[in-house]
This record gives sequence, C-alpha cells and structure tokens, in this order.
Amino acid sequence: MSGHTETHQEESFWRKYIFSIDHKIIGLQYGLTALVFLFFGFCLMMMMRWQLAYPEQPMPWFGWLFGESGIMLPEMYNSLGAMHGTIMIFLGVVPLAVGAFGNYFVPLQIGAPDMAFPKLNMASYWCYFAGGIVMMVGFFVPGGAANSGWTSYPPLADIATTGQTVWLFGMVLLITSSLLGSINTITTIIQLRAKGLTWMRLPFFVWAQLVTGFLLLLAFPPLEAAGVLQLMDRLLGTSFFLPSGLVVSGEILNVSGGGSPLLWQHMFWFLAHPEVYVLILPAMGIVAEVLANNTRKPLWGYKSIVYASTFLGFMSFIVWAHHMFMTGMGATISAFFQTTTMIISVPSVVILTAMFISLWGASIRYNSAMLFALGFLPMFGIGGLTGLPLGIAASDIHLHDTYYVIGHFHYVVAPGTIFALFAGIYYWFPKMTGKVLNETLGKIHFWLSMIFINGIFMPMFVQGLAGISRRLWDGGASYAHATETLWLNEVMSASAWLLGLAQIPFIYNLIKSMKSGEKAESNHWQATTLEWTDAPSPPLPHRNFEIIPEVYRGPYEYSVPSADKDFTPQSEA
Amino acid sequence: MLDLLRKYGLPLNASSHGSAVDEIMVLFHWLMLFLFIGWGLFFIYTLFRFRASKNPKADYTGVKSHFSSGLEVAVAVIEFVILIGFAIPIWATRVNDVPNSATGAEEIRVIAQQFAWNIHYPGPDGIYGSLDINLVDEADNPIGLDRTDPNGVDDFVIINQLHIPVNKPIRIDLSSKDVIHSFFLPEFRVKQDAVPGMSIPLWFEATMTTDEFLKTTVGSEREGKGFEIACAQLCGLGHYRMKGYLTVHDQDSYDSWLVEQQEILKEEGDEDDWGDDGW
Repeated sequence: MSGHTETHQEESFWRKYIFSIDHKIIGLQYGLTALVFLFFGFCLMMMMRWQLAYPEQPMPWFGWLFGESGIMLPEMYNSLGAMHGTIMIFLGVVPLAVGAFGNYFVPLQIGAPDMAFPKLNMASYWCYFAGGIVMMVGFFVPGGAANSGWTSYPPLADIATTGQTVWLFGMVLLITSSLLGSINTITTIIQLRAKGLTWMRLPFFVWAQLVTGFLLLLAFPPLEAAGVLQLMDRLLGTSFFLPSGLVVSGEILNVSGGGSPLLWQHMFWFLAHPEVYVLILPAMGIVAEVLANNTRKPLWGYKSIVYASTFLGFMSFIVWAHHMFMTGMGATISAFFQTTTMIISVPSVVILTAMFISLWGASIRYNSAMLFALGFLPMFGIGGLTGLPLGIAASDIHLHDTYYVIGHFHYVVAPGTIFALFAGIYYWFPKMTGKVLNETLGKIHFWLSMIFINGIFMPMFVQGLAGISRRLWDGGASYAHATETLWLNEVMSASAWLLGLAQIPFIYNLIKSMKSGEKAESNHWQATTLEWTDAPSPPLPHRNFEIIPEVYRGPYEYSVPSADKDFTPQSEA
Repeated sequence: MLDLLRKYGLPLNASSHGSAVDEIMVLFHWLMLFLFIGWGLFFIYTLFRFRASKNPKADYTGVKSHFSSGLEVAVAVIEFVILIGFAIPIWATRVNDVPNSATGAEEIRVIAQQFAWNIHYPGPDGIYGSLDINLVDEADNPIGLDRTDPNGVDDFVIINQLHIPVNKPIRIDLSSKDVIHSFFLPEFRVKQDAVPGMSIPLWFEATMTTDEFLKTTVGSEREGKGFEIACAQLCGLGHYRMKGYLTVHDQDSYDSWLVEQQEILKEEGDEDDWGDDGW
C-alpha cells in the first residue's frame, strides 16, 4: 500500500513541479532558469574583463579553463563575448521579464485562473529550456561556442566553427518558445480579463506585456527565417548571405555566391531593434507597479504612458536600419531611419517624464523594491539619452561600434532593465512564496550594485569617445588612440568583480528568506491590484482566486481623498 | 562642450568635415546634459521632500500643470532642428557627390582581409589594373592584381600603410576579400564598413600632416604615435590586431613618396626579369 502511495506522490511531483501547466509554476521555472543563466552570462563577462584589464596574463583561479598557459586566447574571448550577449538577452533578461514575471502576474493581475493555453505555456518553457541546453552544448564542440558576436554577421558567421551551427539550432528553439509564449500572453490579456477590467483599468504592467507580446510575435519570425537561411548556408551549401568571389585565408571559397551579407543584417535588426523594447517595456511595467505602490499615489499620466508605449511598439518596427548607417547607406534611406529614430525617442521621454512627475506629492516608502525602481529611472535616462547621438548617422560615424555603444545599451539593459527586474523580485517575492525578503540585505544589495554598475559602464562612454572599438581581445592596448583611456579597463574590471560580490547578499537573501523568512500577508504592500487584494500568498494552485474578482476602478487608486485608507482595491465595490 | 568631450576622450579632429560631426555630438551632449540635470534635480528634490516620514499623506492628484508637455514638445523640436538643420545635410555631403580624380581627388582603393588592409594605388596613369581572384597569392599578390593588364603595370599595393597628401580630397573605394570589416580613422571622423561583394566609396580631406599631429602629442601619453587605421567590426580572432598606419604628407613629400614607390616597383620588376632570365 505504501509503495502505491509513493508512486502516486512521485507522479504528482512531476506533474506539479516539472511538467506543470500551472502558470505560476511555469513562471517560477522560467524565473529560476533565467536567474541561473543571468549569473552564468555575467560570469563569462567577469572572465573577459580579466583579459581586458590584464591582456595576455594568466588568469588567477580560473586559468585552468583556458589550458595550461591560463591565458584566454582570442578565439575563446570571441566565444565568450558572443555567448555573453546571447545568454544575457535570450536566456536571461527576456525569459525573466516575459517568461517569469509575465507568466506569473499577467493572469493574476487580470483576474484569470490561468493563461489561455496552459499546455502551450508548458511547451513554451520546455522549448526555452531545450534551447538553453543546446546553447550550452556549443561550449563543448570543436572550436568552442559561437564566436561571431551575438549579431552573427555573415560571412564571418557562415564560415565560423561548428559552434555557430549549434547557436543557430539553439536560436530556432528559443524563438519558437518566444512565439508560443507571446501568442499565449496576447490571447490571455484579450480574452481572460475579469469582469469590469476595461482597457484603461489595466495595470500598466499588463499593457507592457501586451505590447511586448506583439513585438515578439511580429519581430521574431524574420529572425527565425534568417536563422534557417544561415543554417542552410552552413550545412547545405547555399549562398543566401555569401557574395561571389570570396577569398578566405588565400583560398577561393567554394560556394555559388550571389548572396548579400547585408540581407542578414536587415533580417537580424528587424528583430533585434524591437527586441530592445521587449527588454525595456516589461521593465517599465514593473517600475510602474512599484512606483505607484510606494509613492502611495496614482501613476501620473497613466493614459499618456499607455499610448506612448503602444506608439513605441509600432515605431520600433521602423527604426532597425539605424544599426546599419555604416554599411554604405545613401542619403534618402538614412534620412528616413534618422527621422524615425528621433521620433521614437519622444515616447520614451514621455514615459520617463511621467514616472518622474509621479513622485511629486508622494509619500515615498523606501523599501528595497522601491530603491531598485527609483534607480531604474536615472539609469534608463542615461541609456536612452546616449542613444541619441548613435541614432544620427553623422555622429554615429565616430561612435559606431565603439565602447560608447556598449555603454549606451548596457545602461538601458543592465542598470535599467535588470534593476527593474530586481525591483520586481523584491516586490513580488512575498506573493510568490508567502515569505518576505530581508530589507537590510536588500538595501545593501541595491547600494553596492548601484555603485559598481556605474563603475563598469560610465567609463565606457569615455573609451567610446576616444574611439576604442568594441570586441577587441586586448581591450584596445595595441592602438595609439587608446593609450590615454586604457587605464579605465582596470577600473571597469574591478567594478565588474565587485558587482559580482554584491550579488552575494541577494542570493543569500533569496535562499534564507525562502527557508525561514518572515511570513507575508496576502496584501503585504497594501496594494490595489488583484494579485494582492484577491489572491492568497502564494495564490491557489491552478485557479489562483477563491472567487474570481470583479473590477470597479482603475489600477492605482492610492490616497483617494474620500477613502478611509490610503489604498482602494480595484475589486472594492 | 567640445572641450569637455575632448577632455573625456574625444581625439582631436584632423579632417575638413570632422568639425561638423563634432558639432552634432556637441549639440546632442548639450541636450543630454540639460535633460539629465533637469530630471536629476527634480528627482533628488522629490526624493527628499516627499519621503514618507516628512510627507505621510500622499496627494492623489500630484502635479496639475502641463509643464511636462511643453518640455516634451521642446525636446522634439530640438531633435528635429538637429535632424533637419545638421544631421541630414551633413550625411548628404558624406555620401552624395563623392569626389573622384576628375574632380581633383586622390583615388585609392582599400581592400580589407583577415587581418590586414591592402592599399591599392592606381599609379601615375590614374587607372586601376584589373583584379582576378584566381591570381590571389597571399605572399606576393594579396589582391590578385593582373600585371598583364596595361593599366596594372604601374599599380602598387602595400599592406597596412596608407599614405595621403594633406588638404586634398581623398576618395577611398573600400571593399573586402572575406568578411565584413570596418575602416575607422578616429582622428578624421571616418568610418565605413567594408562589405564583401560591394565596393563602397568614402571621402575625406586631411587638414593636418602626420608631422604636425605628432607635435600636438608631445608630452602626452600618446607621444610619438601617429595616425592609425582601426578595424571597428568583429572580423575573427585577429580583429584586435587588424591595425594599419596612416601617414599624411604635405604635397611635396607625397609626390616624392609616389616616385619612390615607382622606383621600388621597378626594382622588383627588374628582379623578376633577372629571375626569368636565369630560368
């Protein structure tokens, strides 16, 4: 009898935690996997930063990874660079922002028992997981993992070592996963909103996920097609991206030719520019939730933020070629893309300004979640503003492919998006686990991260102005124009390693609080949205709510003048 | 602001169009600084003034004025002034009406490869000899120049050494043998991808000779290091060492350098003739 029970329990364990169709479990699966990949991607960079700061010196402690000499060779450096970008974006930030937070909180915030297609949801996670495994396999094939940059420009990528083939297979799986997920998100938001939850009553986080869903759905297929074409170039002898007459290392390349390397760039950036907004919109969504909750007042200009973010979504499809000004672009086409790029900066300014103005008249609670959300604002500001000179072809002449670009997009994604994701973790951890994260550790985590992350990325603008190219194995040491700013490499590397150490309080906090943290109430932050007001912490398996709530008002009714408490839940009649 | 950007890394400008590029960077950095300081002051003030201990009851409405709309419109207007007044016209001068030898420019071809810059001069006749990939020999003829073509007899090809005259438009036709590279002259505000299968023209005019530039570096960490060609696009494991050198001559020394190259070419030819005789 006992044997029977055990089998039964084991089965239910697999069904409950591994091949689950509950959006909350899938969200947690996404979240944990993505956090592991984020840390791994960051480790790759911490190793690269040794080589940049101390070129050609054996690496202490980890040198054995690079053979007997302990020196990271250029091939290895290029592999780590390509994989850092790929892992951070496709295996880390997007799965965390969309797969984890989107999956977990979209149904809860709209009062739905689950996503519209629970099995599709499970399939989406396992495609992502398989894609991650395939990407990791790349490190063990001859020649190492993909080494042509996360952008994989042919002809370099077409003639690269086997790792590139593995990368392409991995990407096809990851893109498939994103497509499944985005269909699910869009359908869920359109179909499963609780009674009374009209469009203008949606929490901004849900709006951000909706726009993100459309971006993923419409932008990824061209890259999937491009990935298949590059696979064919590599495996079947086609020449989609290879022109005629190539001579590589003195040998005439035996291909039919007639293709175009720029075709890849167009298909790639047609995804990869909207991808920027896939990275930033969910982050803005999280920040909006945390800001409204901890300012104890409504988000200022909710409607303009919503309109701006949908406009941002549309515009993000027609700016892609600003990544390609240096490929020989004529005056007319570049005028178009410069104009659209300037236009897209306006809604970003609108959103950021509205968030700043939301602070006026607030009663600000400084908890860890709020600190990260507040940190997001100026950091994203720097990231966005430094995009302006890159979006104009003439100034891009000097700055394109330099560290200025690296600084710019890292400010958007690292102290921007990743800080917002930290805010989300601190804010929603009590809901997900029923436990509260330690605030002191959280604040230590914030302040150390804030200092060191700027120590990494701020000097990049200086090196970029000096004209130091990105992706140089020696960090520019061989170039004359780099001599005066080369010392910054050590500053940046030390900051990166210290930033790594600054994550220890966070990891410890997660584990410790999960085990023995203070118990959370169902509405721990006295919030107004449904996931806090109508679901226990954690929400009920499979159906979330005891009673499916009805909605009577907007998402951020804090400090309503006539109300007896400083928050009025959406579901309060 | 230009001084500030120069202080924070920007190299001096040694080309006729570079000041226009710098001007756009300056305008944008003013805009960035203005917005960032504006946001920042507001931000810090609100964080301080509206902390919960000081302001226990939040104000439901918050800001009532529409000052921010004005700000947003102002930002949009400034961006469009920069766009239409500076960015688009400047780019047009870069890519439209590229000069050539007929309009008084010095024409040079640069053919990039992993991991070197092949510089191809047309010689005194001003006409490039034809190229044939079947003639490519990495040791002796990296670009596959056809010496039997009459136009190619006086051509000369040097690796990683670009020589140009000062104060004269230089037209470079840029291409690549293998993968994408990017031809970058930081002090000249010149950058152009070298895309295989395409020949892309770029042009600039140096306003400073190498000797003059070296005088400006005296006493700095860069002392004694002249102009260089950098590769700006990841092109493989040797990307970091794909460095070339640029020497800007005054017209006289450029002319004598050209004569010198013809002499070297002739000597090499004589050696080949001698070799043929012996065989």
